[in-house]
Amino acid sequence: MLILECPYCGVKAEESELSAGGEAHLTRFGPGSSDDEFHDYLFVRENPKGVHFERWRHANGCGKWFHAARCTMTLEVFGTYSAQTTEPPQEIKDVITAKRPGWSWRNVSDETNTEGQRT
Amino acid sequence: MSDPVSALNGKTYSGSATVTENGLCGMIVLRGTFTDTVFQQAVRDIVGCDVPDIRKLVRSEIGSAAWMSPDELLLLVDYSQTEAKLSALRLALAGTHFMAENVSDARACFTVTGAAGREVLAKIAPVDLSPVVFKSGDFRRTRFAQIAAAFWLDEADTFHIICFRSVAEYMFNLLKTSAHPNAGVGVY
Ligand SMILES: [Zn+2]
Repeated sequence: MLILECPYCGVKAEESELSAGGEAHLTRFGPGSSDDEFHDYLFVRENPKGVHFERWRHANGCGKWFHAARCTMTLEVFGTYSAQTTEPPQEIKDVITAKRPGWSWRNVSDETNTEGQRT
Repeated sequence: MSDPVSALNGKTYSGSATVTENGLCGMIVLRGTFTDTVFQQAVRDIVGCDVPDIRKLVRSEIGSAAWMSPDELLLLVDYSQTEAKLSALRLALAGTHFMAENVSDARACFTVTGAAGREVLAKIAPVDLSPVVFKSGDFRRTRFAQIAAAFWLDEADTFHIICFRSVAEYMFNLLKTSAHPNAGVGVY
């Protein structure tokens, strides 16, 4: 059972109160973008074994969207944070770095370890 | 005009707890900026109490205000006064960024009374209902089995539940099943 704390109402909501909203921090490519950009925006998703960032909605609750950082392998939750951001906040990245040294996800990673960084 | 009738017209059931459909209740959904003093004063004028803290319900003699989300309140008033109060609210908030609607006839209200009340709710909602965690004045939006619901506990240990009117029958039957005299668990 996945339990995420909603950053808006503070409820430690179990999965059945939430609805999953897919991968976090996507950049929208719409009118005026190239076919490749639009294709990637629509279809290309991360499928990591480990650190992952997702969007969730407290559907049976306050109704707000929020972000969650968790591990897909162990289901450990590193933290939840506001929907009003385009990248994971520093405190969330610090928590992950403490628990998963060398982690990386898309263009974010353990900033203390430059070797693990993907380009 | 025809007489307004609530979803189940006061249907009631007595088992390990008493489940009652409450009849007509005035409800105004209000969205706005909680920190705005104009908003705060408008709430005070309409229901006689301050904007509630997170996940709380506050009451006065003339109404209640419940915390629905960081920008949404549910104001509970006398059914017959709902439209008048709504007009007053819209007037008070004119020019600010807000939304206020009368949702009285789109909702159904229930009460659950009796010592087994906590257990009746705990069996059907993913909420910690331990007496040390969920206390009088606490307000929670969640799900009851398969439907969305909001509830609070008052000073007399009565649970008040609100759901959409279209699922009132489901809610009543669910609470009734959970309050079956032979279905006690005895955790609280
Ligand atoms: Zn929430």
